[in-house]
Amino acid sequence: MEKLSNNQIAWRAAQDIADGAYVNLGIGFPEKVAQFQPDGREAIFHTENGLLGFGQAPEAGSEDWDLINAGKKAVTLKPGAAFFHHADSFAMVRGSHLDVAILGAYEVAENGDLANWSTGPKGVPAVGGAMDLVHGAKRVAVITDHVTKKGQPKLVKRCSLPLTGVGCVTRVYTSLAVIDIENGRFVLREKLPGLSLEDLQAVTGAELLVPGAVADLVVPEV
Amino acid sequence: MDKTVSDLATAVAGIEDGMTVMIGGFGGSGSPIELIHALIDRYRETGHPKDLVVINNNAGNGHVGLAALIEAGMVHKLICSFPRSADPVVFTEMYLAGGIELELVPQGTLAERIRAGGAGIPAFYTPSSYGTDLAKDKPVAEFDGRMYVQERWLKADVALVKADTADTFGNLTYRMAARNFNPLMCMAASEAIVQASRIVDAGGIDPEVVVTPGIFVQKVVEVADPLQEEDLNRANAAYSLEA
Repeated sequence: MEKLSNNQIAWRAAQDIADGAYVNLGIGFPEKVAQFQPDGREAIFHTENGLLGFGQAPEAGSEDWDLINAGKKAVTLKPGAAFFHHADSFAMVRGSHLDVAILGAYEVAENGDLANWSTGPKGVPAVGGAMDLVHGAKRVAVITDHVTKKGQPKLVKRCSLPLTGVGCVTRVYTSLAVIDIENGRFVLREKLPGLSLEDLQAVTGAELLVPGAVADLVVPEV
Repeated sequence: MDKTVSDLATAVAGIEDGMTVMIGGFGGSGSPIELIHALIDRYRETGHPKDLVVINNNAGNGHVGLAALIEAGMVHKLICSFPRSADPVVFTEMYLAGGIELELVPQGTLAERIRAGGAGIPAFYTPSSYGTDLAKDKPVAEFDGRMYVQERWLKADVALVKADTADTFGNLTYRMAARNFNPLMCMAASEAIVQASRIVDAGGIDPEVVVTPGIFVQKVVEVADPLQEEDLNRANAAYSLEA
């Protein structure tokens, strides 16, 4: 089945970020979204460890280890950046000051529940800021492959893995489609043009509502 | 008034067995490596302090700083949000062997619990963790149609903190993102012990740029050119008991 690359999913998510938006990108895959800001728009990126307005990684050898992001990676400062302590940082998160948070997922349920922090009781549990980031941003979006590596749906009726947050996700960008979560249901907005609704439904773990026209999900090679 | 102490050993001399110790930093950024190593030195010489409860965002990386403190066997419980790192072997092995307790706290909740401890707020409600395993057995309440989890304050006997500039009154500035948990921990500990890259006379910091007012700080020790955990790990450094 044809599908979008991770870069293409990140590109699509970036198109919905407005000029001047304050944005938190989860560690890992979501960080790619920053690379695909449309020309003429500038978002301000927030990182949990107390920095607004960071830019790309510095060249190897010129890292300053007091200047890192939540993934402990070295970053640079953009004009207009600001530092603050951790309580202020999470006040920005929970206090509805961020416009968008974009996160990864193990599972997203049709009721908006998200599982993205734990695959079960084995090993050392670690949550970081995941449970905070799902609350407070005006939009909480997920970017993810549509199915797991084994081909199982990641968009499900109810999450089976430990929850990160309840009823928190508003939009999902997948390798096949763009889907909103409204009133506890998956609402299909865009799908790959070559993909039938039946085939998309077959790899989705809960019913897709199609209340109106479904736009073609067309993404350049990036 | 002068809160300056002469050396690192003097700065950590009052930390006793069983104390709760907040340690600033997020990963290596803002981590008071020299204060931690001074505490390990004391343990090596005297067998104390041990059975510490440590509060930090992480669980150490490699074999220096917080990881070395854990590796030395001085910590019986860790309260943190993310006990993983590039090299988390010390904590991971000890935890899986049952040698250390872990209280896992969402990062924003951890920060706010510390802030609350410093601000005299015994409990508060947050949306974070509602409906998840980490909210088990915690009181919940509805406010304006949404559900929230009650969380308790966190306080400590001592905080180990890294600052950039301190003055003799204990007013502090920080360097870039090394601020993170440090200002909160100064507030929440009975005794905030601060290592600063430079100490200036009172008046040497513009009051407009003070981040932590000196009222939250009890001891200041100068550590010029402080170590960075990331640099130490890239050099495969280890601050072990046998060192």
